[in-house]
Amino acid sequence: MTENSERRVVSVIVINEASVLSRITDLFSGRGYNITSLTVAPIPESKYSRLTIVTSGSVRVIEQITKQLHKLIPVLRVYEHADMVEKEVAMIKFPASENLSDIQALCEAYNGKIVNAGENTIIAMVADEPKRINNFLKAIKRYNPKEIVRSGAVALER
Amino acid sequence: MQISGAQMVIEAFIAEGVDTVFGYPGGAIMNVYDEIYKQDKFQHILNRHEQASVHAAEGYAKASGKVGVAMITSGPGFTNAVTGLADAYMDSIPLVVVSGQVPMSLIGTDAFQEIDAVGISRSCTKHNYLVTDAKDLPRILKEAFYIARTGRPGPVHVDIPKDVTAQIEEFDYDIELDLETYKPHTKGNPRQIKKAMEAIAKAKRPLFYLGGGIINANAAYEVREFVHKSGIPAVETFMARGVLSHDDELLVGMLGMHGSYASNMAMSETDLVIGLGVRFDDRVTGKLSEFAKNAEVIHVDIDPASISKLVNANYPIVGDVKNVVVDMLAQIEKIDSDNYESWRETINNFDELHPLTFHEDSERLKPQWVIQRVGELLGDDANISTDVGQHQMWSGQFYPFTRPRQFVSSSGLGTMGFGFPAAIGVKAACPEKTSINFTGDGSILMNVQELMTAVEKKIPVINIILNNNFLGMVRQWQTLFYDKRHSETDLSVQPDFVKLSEAFGGIGYRVHTKEEFDAALKDAVEKNVVAFIEVIVHRMENVMPMVPAGGSLFNMMLLEKKESK
Ligand SMILES: Cc1ncc(C[n+]2csc(CCOP(=O)(O)OP(=O)(O)O)c2C)c(N)n1
Ligand SMILES: [Mg+2]
Repeated sequence: MTENSERRVVSVIVINEASVLSRITDLFSGRGYNITSLTVAPIPESKYSRLTIVTSGSVRVIEQITKQLHKLIPVLRVYEHADMVEKEVAMIKFPASENLSDIQALCEAYNGKIVNAGENTIIAMVADEPKRINNFLKAIKRYNPKEIVRSGAVALER
Repeated sequence: MQISGAQMVIEAFIAEGVDTVFGYPGGAIMNVYDEIYKQDKFQHILNRHEQASVHAAEGYAKASGKVGVAMITSGPGFTNAVTGLADAYMDSIPLVVVSGQVPMSLIGTDAFQEIDAVGISRSCTKHNYLVTDAKDLPRILKEAFYIARTGRPGPVHVDIPKDVTAQIEEFDYDIELDLETYKPHTKGNPRQIKKAMEAIAKAKRPLFYLGGGIINANAAYEVREFVHKSGIPAVETFMARGVLSHDDELLVGMLGMHGSYASNMAMSETDLVIGLGVRFDDRVTGKLSEFAKNAEVIHVDIDPASISKLVNANYPIVGDVKNVVVDMLAQIEKIDSDNYESWRETINNFDELHPLTFHEDSERLKPQWVIQRVGELLGDDANISTDVGQHQMWSGQFYPFTRPRQFVSSSGLGTMGFGFPAAIGVKAACPEKTSINFTGDGSILMNVQELMTAVEKKIPVINIILNNNFLGMVRQWQTLFYDKRHSETDLSVQPDFVKLSEAFGGIGYRVHTKEEFDAALKDAVEKNVVAFIEVIVHRMENVMPMVPAGGSLFNMMLLEKKESK
């Protein structure tokens, strides 16, 4: 597959039951498709869960992924997002010795704040588009982040 | 009714109308086998290997159109069965395979004969279940049968821990299934159907491309009507043999790697492919970019994922082939069969130029002759299964099939060892027909233990071993593409096949000539017992024509014209 490979976001609504997650990830690995990020959580007051999968591939590959996902018995719906609002959370741990107000200001520019300040470390959190999270992570490099965790994207069609 | 999980399995089988179960017992499934012992509603056939149980269930399903059922134990019983599951998955065969599992309390402890069965079967089944509570068992079994036979059919695996088979719960099978997330599309979109019919009416050189999905959908007779009323020529895939009768004037032949010259040329020249229940397999299409290059494509299939997977469909129609063809037939007046007269002539000329044939040899029988001869002697009275290799391709090319479900072969997975157990399943489903398995000297040894099954249960399968002392198909590729380096394909060292059959209580023949063959077949059919007919055939015969892997359909290696003697 050397056709134009692009980043895609796919949401999948599945019955919340044992082994459903491995059915989905097996489908990706068995066909050589890559998963960039994956988030899962139950949909409130229903028997379903919602997965948001960020992957990459050509139009044809994504079409196959979508159809194959749909073929799985516990899958209710598959959305391949075109026009969506997409967000991701990142948390960063800094040494307490870094400049708190600089970090605070940066976080605010990216929809975030300092969420925990301890004796030795502070933890900041931002929530923004994945691309902007990338920028944020570049910007905070000079404050010597000790640990970074990203949640993976979630998306809603507009 | 308060019964055990094991009894629930039996009751569910009975409710589903199961009359034959193929299987092999062991520790984890013993509770269920105890209930099998106590009942007389269905027969159990003890194969001598779990792989064979699943292949037999496949043969049964393919010949009968019903769901095939197999039962096995945990651990090695299950892993032995995996090839069968994969085979059924590739060929869309409806099966329910029940396996025993170690008790719930031991799962995850590396207990004796524990294996993560659902983890293994996930990628080679349509769906699978690990049953953790007998309360769920009636629903799960009902869903399993439903999912196996509806939509694009396939195998469903149900793994039941031993303590769940002992658990006593209320059994009610009279439940409504509520499968909110599984609703196969069966009706084709009327707008798309109308557009497709208009495209057919406008086409100059349309061609039916008929696939195995037609047989699964029980749509062969509707398709025959469509072909005849439209006057449009048709090619069949290997899996579709029997959709049209071999003597149908509009049947061009089989297409693909070993398809006929006329079929492959027709596919290369057509301006409209009418694909029914097909999946554009690489053994059929050859080089994709050159496949039906000048054609638009109508593609009817129950599986949306098959459509535009490999070849873009201009007229995609998701639905059950039978429903769609019936809807198309309602608009058949749009089509004038006279329009295709010159196209039919073009195809006939292709066929006259390079007909599908073979050259006889004065010293040794040709394998193609044997297959043709069985066709002459038994024809419609026989159901045919095959193993995998050259003999398989020759069976597809030369047997005169007359009806759907007459032919059973491992197409998608190409599983050597499929033929004999599958023929047992076919015979169990259709006892009134002679069950013939065309096999090779390599393949037959891969499930030869089924001699015991067939002899014990008096299932008179006739195995015709086309003995070329080679893993012939691999040898052919070595001859053609590896400069005749016949690496590990020479089977000169062989068992005595006659004695082998006799050792299990079957009968055996070794034949060298046409007369001997006729006599042996006649005798085997009359005696009506399990038989091996070993036919000594030409060693170096190649399957022709041939499209080398990755080549274009119109670039075939052809049978050499006969040298004058
Ligand atoms: C289980 C399995 N192993 C290996 C192969 C590869 N393979 C395909 S055809 C073939 C040769 C089969 O030999 P035989 O049964 O004698 O048939 P022939 O081609 O000689 O007619 C082999 C080894 C296969 N299809 N299945
Ligand atoms: Mg051979």
